[in-house]
Amino acid sequence: MKKKILEQKNGGQKSPFAVSLKSICKSFGPVRANDEICLNVSSGTIHGIIGENGAGKSTLMSILYGFYQPDSGDIQVDGKAAIFKQPSDAIRLGIGMVHQHFMLVPNFTALENIILGSEGKMGLKNGLQNAKLKLEELKSTYGLEVDLDNVTEDLPVGIQQRIEILKALYRGARVLILDEPTGVLTPQETDQLFEILLALKSEGVTILLITHKLHEIMAITDEVSVMRQGKMVANTLTKKTSPEWLAEQMVGRSVLVNTKYESGKVGSVALSADGIGVTDKRGFDSLKNATFDLRSGEILGIAGIAGNGQSELLSVLSGITPPSRGNFRINDKIFDSKNHCSPGLMRELGLSHVPEDRHAEGLVLPFQAFESVILGYEKNPSFGTGFFTKPEQIQAHCARLQDSFDVRPQNPTLISSQFSGGNQQKLVLSREISSAPKILLVGQPTRGVDIGAIEFIHKTLIKMRDSGCAILLVSVELEEILSLSDRILVMNSGEIMGIVSKANTTKAMLGKMMAGIPLEKAIEEKN
Amino acid sequence: MQASRLPRYVDICVIPILNLLTALFVAGIIIAIIGENPFTALSVMLKGAFVYKGGLGYTLFYTTNFIFTGLAVAVAFHAMLFNIGGEGQAAMGGLGIGLVALSLGGILPVLVVIALAILGSALFGAIWGFIPGYLQAKRGSHIVITTIMFNFIASAIMVWLLAGMLMAPNQMSPETISFQNGVMLWQFHDILNRLGFDIGRSPLNLSFVLALICCFLVWLLIWRTHLGYRIRATGFSPKASTYAGYKPETIIIITMAISGALAGMMAVNEILGVQHRVILNFTSGYGFTGIAVALMGRNHPLGIIFASLLFGALFQGGAELDFEFQTITRDMVVMIQGLIILFSGALAYMFNPMLEKLFLNEERLKEPNND
Repeated sequence: MKKKILEQKNGGQKSPFAVSLKSICKSFGPVRANDEICLNVSSGTIHGIIGENGAGKSTLMSILYGFYQPDSGDIQVDGKAAIFKQPSDAIRLGIGMVHQHFMLVPNFTALENIILGSEGKMGLKNGLQNAKLKLEELKSTYGLEVDLDNVTEDLPVGIQQRIEILKALYRGARVLILDEPTGVLTPQETDQLFEILLALKSEGVTILLITHKLHEIMAITDEVSVMRQGKMVANTLTKKTSPEWLAEQMVGRSVLVNTKYESGKVGSVALSADGIGVTDKRGFDSLKNATFDLRSGEILGIAGIAGNGQSELLSVLSGITPPSRGNFRINDKIFDSKNHCSPGLMRELGLSHVPEDRHAEGLVLPFQAFESVILGYEKNPSFGTGFFTKPEQIQAHCARLQDSFDVRPQNPTLISSQFSGGNQQKLVLSREISSAPKILLVGQPTRGVDIGAIEFIHKTLIKMRDSGCAILLVSVELEEILSLSDRILVMNSGEIMGIVSKANTTKAMLGKMMAGIPLEKAIEEKN
Repeated sequence: MQASRLPRYVDICVIPILNLLTALFVAGIIIAIIGENPFTALSVMLKGAFVYKGGLGYTLFYTTNFIFTGLAVAVAFHAMLFNIGGEGQAAMGGLGIGLVALSLGGILPVLVVIALAILGSALFGAIWGFIPGYLQAKRGSHIVITTIMFNFIASAIMVWLLAGMLMAPNQMSPETISFQNGVMLWQFHDILNRLGFDIGRSPLNLSFVLALICCFLVWLLIWRTHLGYRIRATGFSPKASTYAGYKPETIIIITMAISGALAGMMAVNEILGVQHRVILNFTSGYGFTGIAVALMGRNHPLGIIFASLLFGALFQGGAELDFEFQTITRDMVVMIQGLIILFSGALAYMFNPMLEKLFLNEERLKEPNND
């Protein structure tokens, strides 16, 4: 029945594409979030958009539902040019958004939330009754089971998401955008969501599914587009592709210094992890049973698509969060959930940590460079006496670091946020290396860093390794892992898929492991 | 917090002066409307605050109060905490002084009692800052809400004690008995009299020196110690603070205790310096005005000294206005003070976008080839 209504709305004019984007560009300051994006979404299909965090997926969708305006490019809905000045323009043309973080009023009932903003004129009661009738119809058409009179905050997240979907449909959405819809769902809720999506599709609704999870793309989409660093890099029918190929498309970087470095001289075990697991606040196991050894004089690369447990691993090993299960040892010291470790203690044990997010963690952006360059080390006796710090000495120290790490501009009093990405990363790296660590944890060392700085950072890491430092390198850049690592550990969904030496592996095999195929199986398939 | 894109001197000097002039301009219009000459009024205010005998003393006396409460707000602000509880912390500081002076006066030497009383004010203020800090850090109770509520609790405790077990016998007002002779801070006009100089009587006392010492100590704490470094790091970026291993919760609690101690010491000026007994409502709004002082002083001790001086002059000069003009009443003076708080506190950054445009344009004109 719904289908008929939709066809009537189309007015007989048939365009094969429900939505089509042409050369969309959007920049935020110097960052090109979307660069010449073209996308055609066929009517009545589920179209997946996959890419890593920061690839520009969310920006693109925000443009499509009218939250951002593109700097240039055209949007067409059902073959007709459309200009969205605000989200209500998009809704009027039938484009509805289901946000990653729900936009619901927690103490409203489901019904009140759904009609919020379209509740009609004076006298809520009539509007509520009419809305209820209309919603019952929608519910039965699409199999969206929701008790409309329950207060939203008491409902499970899966149901809250259905409310969001109903809200969009109630406003007449024929194109639904779902932004990372499964991020907050349990596996069972995910299955139910997929059933709903298939029901929606069979009724003629077009769905745009944004995700960074490969198996979801494979499971449910008809077509898939891959985004990487603001560009649309691939566009294909889902049945003609494979998760391995998609993984490679997502993480590859076209212009990366592709030097292959010689392997190092491996020494004794510097850090050994035994069955580390992390359960997060939602009760989700984000890291499972991580067991491995890290030896001095080697670089152990951790490969994987972002969000598969690498951040949690770094967080545990650097002493920021205690492990929920298992333990790890450095020298003869064992750390587990009871025997607490702190970042300060780790530094004393000779472990340094270059964090993944240099803006939020690695630097205090409003600080001057010389202040940021002692973050965590301010009690070092060469920076002052007793309780006091000596800014002159710290500035001199900072100037020396800026000189030896070629940080530009060489100005210790410049505010940290005013350095370019590469120079900020050099500041962080110089701080962590200047303490002559025995173990170095490095997260995404070259994310958002220019080519020149990438080469410098890589060479610095190799130099550290050759001097006997044990380095754990987490990176989503497969090329970087392949170029620097002696051994490579691949993670998927919080689990270790396998550890291979660089000599014995290929990009394709790593791609398989990143897509969730364990090492043994990946080898079998190869043969 | 986003770093200002304006040159430093503009941020520190031009903007506060611009805000002040705007406030005076609006106040001038209102004075003109009620039929007085705004310029005469301004000159009466300035003379009252700085020229008339004893005027400067009163101005600096009020300044002392504002320095303490301004510093308290500023220290908390470096950890991005908004301490609205200066009023309650100062009241509790007064209680601390009273308890020490009344229980130890006569038992210990006078100088020791004075020293302990000052410590008592800091300690009681610190406790009154510590509790909201603890609640914020461990329970997530918002510091603004809790500190406001703690103002009311402090005020109720003071009424209960001063009209109850601490009330002086055989009289009807809610206050303690006077402290033992000598348990007080000397007033400047006394000291100068003995040296042969005659300045007008005013309540200005040695607390002023204590306030200036506190300014120096706060500067030292914030910009020259490990703790200050950690406070600022936590204020700017709690995530970076966690990464570095500083435990933001602990930092929040310590900062609030220090902030409370500074506000508590405001009582030294009023109680040890002037009243020599604990009275009700001696804080009379200084705790709240401290917020405007800290905002105007850009949370820097030097800026706070100047902002305090301005507010001190306003208080004293305002009283003079009330005295000189029939038409300008006490309420009118409060209105002028309110305007200054409004423009330099609540609307402190009103002119920023305008000035930013102006200065950035100029820079672009200067360096046309610099992209």
